[in-house]
Amino acid sequence: MPLVLNEEQNILKDSAKDFCSKNLPIAQLRKLRDTKDETGFSRESWQQMAELGWAGIAIPEDLGGLGFGYMGLGIVMEEMGRTLAASPMMSTAVLGATAIQLAGSDEQKSRLLPQIVSGELITALCLDEGPHHRPADFDTLATEKSGGLVISGSKQFVLDGHVADQLIVVADLAGETGLFLVDPGAKGVKRKRTFIADSRNAANVDFDEARAERLGQGDATAALARVLDTGRIALSAEMLGGILECFERTLEYLKTREQFGVPIGSFQALKHRAAEMFCEVELSKSVVMEALSALDEGREDTARLASLAKARLTDTYNLVSSEGVQMHGGIGMTDEHEIGFFMKRARVSEHTLGNAAFHRNRYGELEGY
Amino acid sequence: MTEAFRKEARTWLEEKCPASMRTPAREDEIIGGGSRQVYPNPEARAWLELMAERGWTAPMWPKEYGGGGLSKDEFLILQEEMLRIGARQPIAGMGFSMIGPTLLDYGTEEQKRRHLPRIVSGEVRWCQGYSEPGAGSDLAALQTRCEDRGDHFLVNGHKIWTSGAQHADWIFTLVRTEPQAPKHEGISFVLIDMDQPGVSVKPIKLISGNSPFCETFFEDARCEKSNLVGELNRGWTVGKRLLQHERSSLSGLSSGGSRSRLDGMRELPEIAREYIGLADGRLRDPALRSDILRTEMSQQALRLTQKRAMEETGSGETPSFATSMFKYYSSELVKMRLELQLRVMGTRSFGWEGEEFSEEERALARIWLRSKAFTIAGGSSEIQLNIIAKRVLGLPD
Repeated sequence: MPLVLNEEQNILKDSAKDFCSKNLPIAQLRKLRDTKDETGFSRESWQQMAELGWAGIAIPEDLGGLGFGYMGLGIVMEEMGRTLAASPMMSTAVLGATAIQLAGSDEQKSRLLPQIVSGELITALCLDEGPHHRPADFDTLATEKSGGLVISGSKQFVLDGHVADQLIVVADLAGETGLFLVDPGAKGVKRKRTFIADSRNAANVDFDEARAERLGQGDATAALARVLDTGRIALSAEMLGGILECFERTLEYLKTREQFGVPIGSFQALKHRAAEMFCEVELSKSVVMEALSALDEGREDTARLASLAKARLTDTYNLVSSEGVQMHGGIGMTDEHEIGFFMKRARVSEHTLGNAAFHRNRYGELEGY
Repeated sequence: MTEAFRKEARTWLEEKCPASMRTPAREDEIIGGGSRQVYPNPEARAWLELMAERGWTAPMWPKEYGGGGLSKDEFLILQEEMLRIGARQPIAGMGFSMIGPTLLDYGTEEQKRRHLPRIVSGEVRWCQGYSEPGAGSDLAALQTRCEDRGDHFLVNGHKIWTSGAQHADWIFTLVRTEPQAPKHEGISFVLIDMDQPGVSVKPIKLISGNSPFCETFFEDARCEKSNLVGELNRGWTVGKRLLQHERSSLSGLSSGGSRSRLDGMRELPEIAREYIGLADGRLRDPALRSDILRTEMSQQALRLTQKRAMEETGSGETPSFATSMFKYYSSELVKMRLELQLRVMGTRSFGWEGEEFSEEERALARIWLRSKAFTIAGGSSEIQLNIIAKRVLGLPD
């Protein structure tokens, strides 16, 4: 697949850009933060996004999706990344929808996916149990009890965990990895919202013999890996949007801010760093495009490309957002200025679904060294 | 359409490419052509002649000048098909990567008809007369004088870093034709036949022990007026276009891969498995493994970016928007990769000569040293960053 957008994709990009700048600007994230908004995103905007088809964008057409493919998902994520939009896209439209699609039974798919597409159902994937992303390493157990299944364990950094209508829990069932649907209102479920630096939603969720329904049958290791890779690639696309916006704002500042009677962008010390960032940004674009293509084509090297993308985008976002603050100088340190928001989002993104070291190691393992 | 071409190319290559031309070429086996070229392997000469006859030594040049007349898509297919059987490039050099494309842009009809077919056939080899002892990064400070003598020009001056001048037949060069004008406005671009008493060449021995570069002296060298490319005193424009083609070739864009400078070398992970060994499926030195992964992953990201750049630009165009970026990034990456290979091979990495070291080990020390020139020649990394800042990012002077 070519690494350039076609006309249809360019139209989607324009409409996503337009929607995000009007409805989901950084000012909205700031407001959610300052008012300690209970939901942590705008339900009204999410409903509009569902009407645009975004909530089902990762779902194939025959299951009620939009048919824009993963490239379409990437385009929307990138534009949301530019405005640091808070929404259940990652938790629900990407991770939840993909988990149900890949692991769920036909009955579960036809029950749950339409609710995701319509924007009614928010899901949250409960995976990490410690401060680091180690998807193969979990203690949460599913056991049989009085004719059903119950889940016990503690999960951390659950995206949209405190508002989700449906929890999807990774747990061990008799030595097999399984995905389990848990009603957040069920007895034995305790949710604690966490407030984190990027002002987005995450929660810690404890399960004490909470009733659960297994998503599909059989070991879910392969399905989970694919869900996580889809999430990593979608997140990389979001990070690319943040990188582009942060870099463009910084360049604009270099051209307009004057010191010693000249624009600071005329100083070679800053020019060279800006040029180096440009190179990193271009490489980042390419790996995201290639990873999205691999998802669309169902290619065998998708896992390797997911790690290539997530590692690279993590490094580039950290570089561009840190340089963004440094090049803005004192004003970049103020809460009033928006450039600092990108640095906060960069670090939270870094640790979401595996940091750069995790993905370099994984890339090496997949390459056999 | 393209599938038909693929079939045709595949059948032809399978039939014509000699077996000895299907292995990676060692550095001393790369053919540059010209009247001084010797062919230790007669099949190298036969391969060149076969490819040249189809114009496939310059696949995208127009047929009327001896080229292959291929579209960009066909060119990419030809490359894929050559890669598939491991076929060597039959010839390479500055005729193909620099002066040829520049003549296609700026040459007169007569100049194109005279010079291009002789590049395609390998008959004439070219070198570049740009830098001077006092004009390196500040190229426009060049002093080589070129005077109008009525029916011809007379050239006097001293060029340096003229790669391959000792093997070349012709030199394309920047000269000063109007000493009083502002420095960018008194420069002309001329082609000089090196087979004359007024041109002499002296090789320069480098830290690698090799002499790929020379000094070239002009003492009353003669240049026909028909060999002025572009207008008199407007040579800077022509010269800059050539630099774009040069950067594009140094960046690996035109050849479709930035590893081209490491042709014939094994992949780094493969060497590391051998020299370091695996434990639990991972290289035994975690710090080195992590550095290798960074470099390999950057390499893959760069290749994908080259692919994207090719797709974003139209058929046959030089992707000028980013040539500086590719030149900068790929040369820095090759240097980094070779530094890593030294770490991987340890005390086996600096063998200079003799049978105690393998051919691969001896080659490494030389190419490692040679690679230091990659970020100096063709516009240093710092110059490339200046160009990106100014031309791509629009930062003020």
